[in-house]
Amino acid sequence: MDSSTNETLPNNVENKSARILPLVLKNVSYEKAGMRLIKDLSVTFNFGSLTVILGPNGAGKSLLLRLCHGLIKPSKGTVDWCGPKVSAPQRYQAMVFQRPVMLRRSVIANLSHSLKYRGINKAERTQKIDNIMQHTGLSRLAKVPARLLSVGEQQRLAVARAWSLDPEVLFMDEPTAALDPAATHSLENIIGAIKKSGTKIIMSTHDLGQAKRLADEVLFLYRGRLLEQADASQFFEKPNNDLAQSFMRGELLWWNRQELKPPEQLKERRQK
Amino acid sequence: MMEIRDAFAAAMALIINFESGLAEIVLLSLQVSIIAVAIACLIGLPIGAALAVFQFPGRTAIAVILNAMMGLPPVVVGLIVYLTLSRSGPLGTLGLLYTPTAMIIAQICLVTPIIAALTRQTTEDLWQEYAEHLRSIGIGPWRAVTTLLWDSRFSLITTILAGFGRASAEVGAVMIVGGNIDHVTRVMTTSIALETSKGDLALALGLGIILLALALSVNAAAFIINDAAMKRHG
Amino acid sequence: MRLFPGFLLKFKRSLAMVAFSLLLSVTNAFATNGFIVVASTTSTVNSGLFKNILPKFTKTTGISVRVLGVGTGQAIKVAERGDADILFVHHKISEVEFVKNAFGVKRYDVMYNDFIVVGPQDDPADVQKAKNVVEAYKKIAATKSIFVSRGDESGTHKKSLEFWRTIPVDLVNSSGKWYREAGSGMGATLNLTSSINGYTLTDKSTWMAFQNKGLLVVLFEGDPSMRNQYGITMVNPARHKHVKAPLASAFIGWVISNDGQAAINDFRISGKQTFFANAAAYKKIN
Repeated sequence: MDSSTNETLPNNVENKSARILPLVLKNVSYEKAGMRLIKDLSVTFNFGSLTVILGPNGAGKSLLLRLCHGLIKPSKGTVDWCGPKVSAPQRYQAMVFQRPVMLRRSVIANLSHSLKYRGINKAERTQKIDNIMQHTGLSRLAKVPARLLSVGEQQRLAVARAWSLDPEVLFMDEPTAALDPAATHSLENIIGAIKKSGTKIIMSTHDLGQAKRLADEVLFLYRGRLLEQADASQFFEKPNNDLAQSFMRGELLWWNRQELKPPEQLKERRQK
Repeated sequence: MMEIRDAFAAAMALIINFESGLAEIVLLSLQVSIIAVAIACLIGLPIGAALAVFQFPGRTAIAVILNAMMGLPPVVVGLIVYLTLSRSGPLGTLGLLYTPTAMIIAQICLVTPIIAALTRQTTEDLWQEYAEHLRSIGIGPWRAVTTLLWDSRFSLITTILAGFGRASAEVGAVMIVGGNIDHVTRVMTTSIALETSKGDLALALGLGIILLALALSVNAAAFIINDAAMKRHG
Repeated sequence: MRLFPGFLLKFKRSLAMVAFSLLLSVTNAFATNGFIVVASTTSTVNSGLFKNILPKFTKTTGISVRVLGVGTGQAIKVAERGDADILFVHHKISEVEFVKNAFGVKRYDVMYNDFIVVGPQDDPADVQKAKNVVEAYKKIAATKSIFVSRGDESGTHKKSLEFWRTIPVDLVNSSGKWYREAGSGMGATLNLTSSINGYTLTDKSTWMAFQNKGLLVVLFEGDPSMRNQYGITMVNPARHKHVKAPLASAFIGWVISNDGQAAINDFRISGKQTFFANAAAYKKIN
């Protein structure tokens, strides 16, 4: 699997100017069944950096990604793409989900399916697909039914599928949550290659180590609110927000803000 | 029961002597049912999958009505189609009554709801799984429909076989719109009805055995093909 | 079987095309000179009469005849709606009415057979000893023996009701007790009668061709009022433009001609003649 060479990388990126970015959210709220799950959130996403959305379970990370991608509509506030090609913003985006959605077909057919309806002719499609399979180490699995792959391979396929669409923005919802360390490592390499090829990546994770490895910029979410947005180096050094600090210490439990246990008791809990 | 033994004997005699009359009836039965099911699939498969994908007011009502239509009494459908195709009816000028085409039309009315309702059920489950991904890549609802249908193909075989079973087994509709005319619209089921009314119960039962054997063969063939294909494609 | 998906689709398509063309060929099979639709009763069909004589007509004229074997009531309705070219049934009163209301052109006598009363071998109502058919019915009512009626609009049923109306009997209250209304064709009615060992009125030709007699036997026949007259009428082309008048005329012409009448007389069930030709022209000569 060759993800380090730059030539023939998908969406070769010499002079990529933004087409739909920046993405601006203004006072976005999302409500379901009477509960406010995203509260008055404003943020701007810009070209160039890899943004990691960090936060404990239930913070609203998945919802935020889906709101940005357009899969759900906000109850209040606006989600606006401000670049020049805004008439069809979804065309320039792609998303990878926590559990890979595999069509009941072969690997190559899964890749072909996404590309088929984009008006790309057969020859070009085949080339694109071969290229992407090489860069994600899927070439030898081309004819295998996607459902028979291991979870790690399936997620690699999902990422390859998204990458083949040449997205300007790639959303990833906890992409390695279901994977073992080896698969996680290989996927992070691919993510790195995608970033190098010029795609803006906005991903969520609750894995601090991963965030440290990949992030350029960090958004910290807690209970549907954006509590801090900062450069990665600054955030991991010392976050401004106190809850962010607790989270970094591994102390933040989603159901309980007031009762922060002393470190010894937390250590016991983690060892159980 | 002596009739059962005589029935098997009658069935064997029919097959061994290979009466051309029997071949004609079997062929017509298969033609009518297969064509009806094929057309019902063309209509019912997209409708079923579309009901799973599209959200619109009245969606649930349509689904419930479709489910109810699975139980349409064939004789009622036959009557309605008869009144429609009759010379005194709205489509009388087509002159379709008492032809195999009329029988096919009646069976399409009976089979399409089955195909549509069962397809909706099958594809709905798959749509739950695929929805976010398909919407993310922006392929549009009708392409989503074809994607769902293709990916559900192995489960849909059972649906199609259910439709075929209904078509080949019914007698009420084809009797009324076909007229059971010798050499023209006489099929297996109407032949059985005729022989019963002539009191030739052994022959009627014999024909019934042949009809069952036919249905069994079709289902067995479908199962084998389906099984082999599934093993190939996971 | 990499070919499977494409293969199956192609297979289905070609099968459909083959089937459809076979279909077209089947519907046009005998149409060398066209075809007519005859609405008739179950007795002419189930007895095998039409199967026997129609090929003779087709051989001579090249016209094929499609016969609808339904009850008299249904046959008349079919003819009224214009779904048949010819009406060939056995209830003169209804047929005359049919012509009077301009549904039909002209009625011709064709042939007759006889109604008979069949019943259980042991004959609990002692119908055998009756002197005429009305007395037979009286005995059945008196002994409250099981009688199965057609209960539909057939010629047979209308005849049976004629007999019942001459004697004082409350059929409505007896319905479900000894008077069983089958609401069915002659065949189904006979099947029912055979299985419950009752009495019923049937025409002789259907009876002779019937294969499930069980323990039933013929108990009464021969009364002149039990004659069952068949008539043929062309559906009025003035009322239904598509009626194939020339072909239908040819059929009627043949049926009442010497050839047709001889064919009817030649028809045998188990060696016995059951239909007796009596068209007006034929009667004159013979």
